[in-house]
Amino acid sequence: MDLNYTKEEQAFRDEVHSFVRDNLPKDIAGKVLHHKRLVKDDWERWQKILYKKGWVAPNWPKEYGGCAWSPIQQHIFDEECGYLGAPRVMPFGLVMVAPVIQHFGSKWQKEYYLPRILSSEDWWAQGYSEPGSGSDLASLKTKAVRQGDHYVVDGQKTWTTLGQYANMIFCLVRTDSTVKKQEGISFLLVDMKLPGVTVRPIITLDEEHEVNEVFFDNVKVPAENLVGEEGKGWTYAKFLLGHERTGIARVGESKRELEQLKAIAAKQLRNGKPLMEDPRFRDRVTGVEVELMALEITLLRVLSSRTKPGPEASILKIKGTDVQQALTELTMEAMGPYALPFRPEARDAGWHGEPVGPEYAASAAAVYFNYRKTSIYGGSNEIQRNIIAQMVLGL
Amino acid sequence: MDFIFSEEQQQLRDSIQKFISKEYGFEARKAIIASKQGFSDKVWAQFADMGLLGVAFDEAHGGFGGSSVDTMLVMREFGRGMVVEPYLSTVVLGGSLIDLGGSEAQKQAILSEVAQGKLLLAAALGEPNSRYELNCVETSAKRDGAGYVLNGHKAVVLHGESADKLVVSARTAGAMRDTKGISLFLVDKKAAGVAVQGYRTIDGMRAAEIRFANVKVGADAVLGEVDAALPLLERAADFAVSALCAEAVGAMEALNAATFEYLKTRQQFGRPIGSFQALQHRAVDMMIHCEQSHSLALLASIKVQSEDPNERKRTVSAAKIQIGRSGRAIGEEAIQLHGGMGVSNELAAGHYAKRLAMINATLGDVEHHAERFAGAA
Ligand SMILES: Cc1cc2nc3c(=O)[nH]c(=O)nc-3n(C[C@H](O)[C@H](O)[C@H](O)COP(=O)(O)OP(=O)(O)OC[C@H]3O[C@@H](n4cnc5c(N)ncnc54)[C@H](O)[C@@H]3O)c2cc1C
Ligand SMILES: Cc1cc2nc3c(=O)[nH]c(=O)nc-3n(C[C@H](O)[C@H](O)[C@H](O)COP(=O)(O)OP(=O)(O)OC[C@H]3O[C@@H](n4cnc5c(N)ncnc54)[C@H](O)[C@@H]3O)c2cc1C
Repeated sequence: MDLNYTKEEQAFRDEVHSFVRDNLPKDIAGKVLHHKRLVKDDWERWQKILYKKGWVAPNWPKEYGGCAWSPIQQHIFDEECGYLGAPRVMPFGLVMVAPVIQHFGSKWQKEYYLPRILSSEDWWAQGYSEPGSGSDLASLKTKAVRQGDHYVVDGQKTWTTLGQYANMIFCLVRTDSTVKKQEGISFLLVDMKLPGVTVRPIITLDEEHEVNEVFFDNVKVPAENLVGEEGKGWTYAKFLLGHERTGIARVGESKRELEQLKAIAAKQLRNGKPLMEDPRFRDRVTGVEVELMALEITLLRVLSSRTKPGPEASILKIKGTDVQQALTELTMEAMGPYALPFRPEARDAGWHGEPVGPEYAASAAAVYFNYRKTSIYGGSNEIQRNIIAQMVLGL
Repeated sequence: MDFIFSEEQQQLRDSIQKFISKEYGFEARKAIIASKQGFSDKVWAQFADMGLLGVAFDEAHGGFGGSSVDTMLVMREFGRGMVVEPYLSTVVLGGSLIDLGGSEAQKQAILSEVAQGKLLLAAALGEPNSRYELNCVETSAKRDGAGYVLNGHKAVVLHGESADKLVVSARTAGAMRDTKGISLFLVDKKAAGVAVQGYRTIDGMRAAEIRFANVKVGADAVLGEVDAALPLLERAADFAVSALCAEAVGAMEALNAATFEYLKTRQQFGRPIGSFQALQHRAVDMMIHCEQSHSLALLASIKVQSEDPNERKRTVSAAKIQIGRSGRAIGEEAIQLHGGMGVSNELAAGHYAKRLAMINATLGDVEHHAERFAGAA
């Protein structure tokens, strides 16, 4: 047993670190590190820089222009990027739909969509959840009816992350309602510019526009946009889950937030002394730091295992989000009364108004409320626990 | 022991409940928050008519001669309705500072105006470096002939922008953290040298940074004893904390009710999600959190009147610790059990969670009161 990274992995980390340090635009890093508002261009710029370097698709095979990195390498890459304040590469195209197209897509889907995903020409959204189908995804109702060389799509998706930027959406749709619910689902690639597609914002607790409702009213989608076979959508969706494992623990990002929390707590005063020296507060920071240390090793154990990660990888989702949420909570509490002021305008990078309290206070409570989402999306933490109980513990 | 409200108290409660359900629904509240001043003059006038603005003041000062229990009762209903009007700052905190520390002339001049809804107050106590310590006062008040000159910066003054008069803590002697040497001043917000930077708070209220640059006040502006205002400040702050605890209990009750209703109606996997035992136990814990909070909020509303400052501090801090912890737990669980709907700003649930989190951050969080509790043992 050796819990150290190999020489090659160390060298790889150094290479990633210096590339990201030297090429990540300072304005973008500044936004991420200070919780300022990101706009479409920020993600696209960073993804195009990675694309030029050949690093935008760590998980893809070489034949499609990916890096084919090992899981450990992918983790090192995620960790360095997160730590240095890179925006998260938008997963919907690169991490989610691309592997499905690679495995189950037609020749033209591969030739047409994959290069556009690599180059960030298309922005993809994930169209799974519906108002009546969240945790119980297989009950989804959005219909696609085959008519000649088209599918006619009717229904509604919801909680669509950054759907306002997207021009493409991959949807689970019901093509057969006479069979078992999982077997009547198909996987459809939909151009959001088609007539009948409407996107409406949902404003979240921090008053940000990050999620949307997407309505489909008689939308004619070319049949060639069906991935694989009709009725196999559920199988493809589950295959996709296996591709979301790395990065789900967000270790790099949490390390960065932990460091920032400590820096903030060293400046904030309690009884005239730095908050970080207050035993009550310090013990809570230690508690989260210990969890994060354990999480990192748990993640590496999963990634190093010779078999594909199984349902026990749900631990990473649960603990990863616990740690992220605990960090936002402590950061908010570190502000004391300056957690109250709510100034969304101060989160615009170009804003130069008069601050209220320390600069880092402007986003603390908003981020705390925003991060409540992490234990809800991507399969809620209750659903993750159900998975472990049933599939791992055999209960 | 008697945990039953009197008939008048029940009537008071019923009238507030009726008002909120009729005129202070989620949409009405949203429009009020979006308005320029962030609260409604009309609602404020109705509160005056209902007798809420003078509920705890003496009849001699235009009040209704009620007790801290009446204040608690009002705040609990305001918690349920997430009322954003400046009741805490004007009536509870500002009002009690004057009621407890003012001269007869000051009470006559101010309390009846407050009770009639004609005068708004705000207490400017915190400072950029004071966190929750009332004794940490850098703002200075220097003698100037018969009066004083004030200089300094007061932080996160609740409803500071809309207030007509400010109660300001300032140092007349000693060093920044000394318990002696603090005095209170009544300052007209329009006085020359007062600069107000107002802003929204994340829970739908308003607050302000207020800077004082050579603000002159007369000798009659002093509230209470010169150099010795800290005990008065602490007493009024404890009264406000006990009121906040009652508000939190109201918010918890409403949030729990909304969440339990959601568990019964939201269907997944062909059944109400409330049929999943994993969620049932969480709901039960939310209910227990609320009951425990209610118990200590009741105790605080009585003991806040105690003549023994240690007993008062211990009980009020205990209640604030309990509601801080329980408010956090209930707020987070309510959002989680609502799934995606919990993070939508269109649902009341998340707004209750915001208010509960900010109540913890107001007048001392769990850690502040944990230390104070231990010190008052
Ligand atoms: C910010 C955000 C971004 C999102 N982005 C996307 C996106 O881009 N694309 C997309 O398709 N979806 C997205 N989602 C949707 C997300 O996947 C769903 O919110 C999630 O699956 C939960 O579904 P729901 O909201 O309908 O909650 P429900 O399923 O109604 O759950 C409500 C509560 O019940 C619990 N529960 C449900 N079933 C069980 C059970 N069997 N046992 C125990 N507890 C249970 C849940 O854990 C939750 O606490 C996003 C959600 C959020 C909040
Ligand atoms: C010190 C002690 C004193 C006791 N004194 C008395 C007494 O004075 N009078 C008396 O009548 N009994 C008494 N009991 C017995 C006690 O009531 C039982 O132990 C208890 O009801 C659990 O039953 P069990 O031990 O058969 O465990 P089980 O019922 O087999 O339960 C095992 C575990 O499963 C959980 N569980 C079971 N059913 C459910 C469910 N539907 N949902 C969720 N979780 C579930 C339990 O909580 C427990 O964690 C005592 C037990 C102890 C340990």
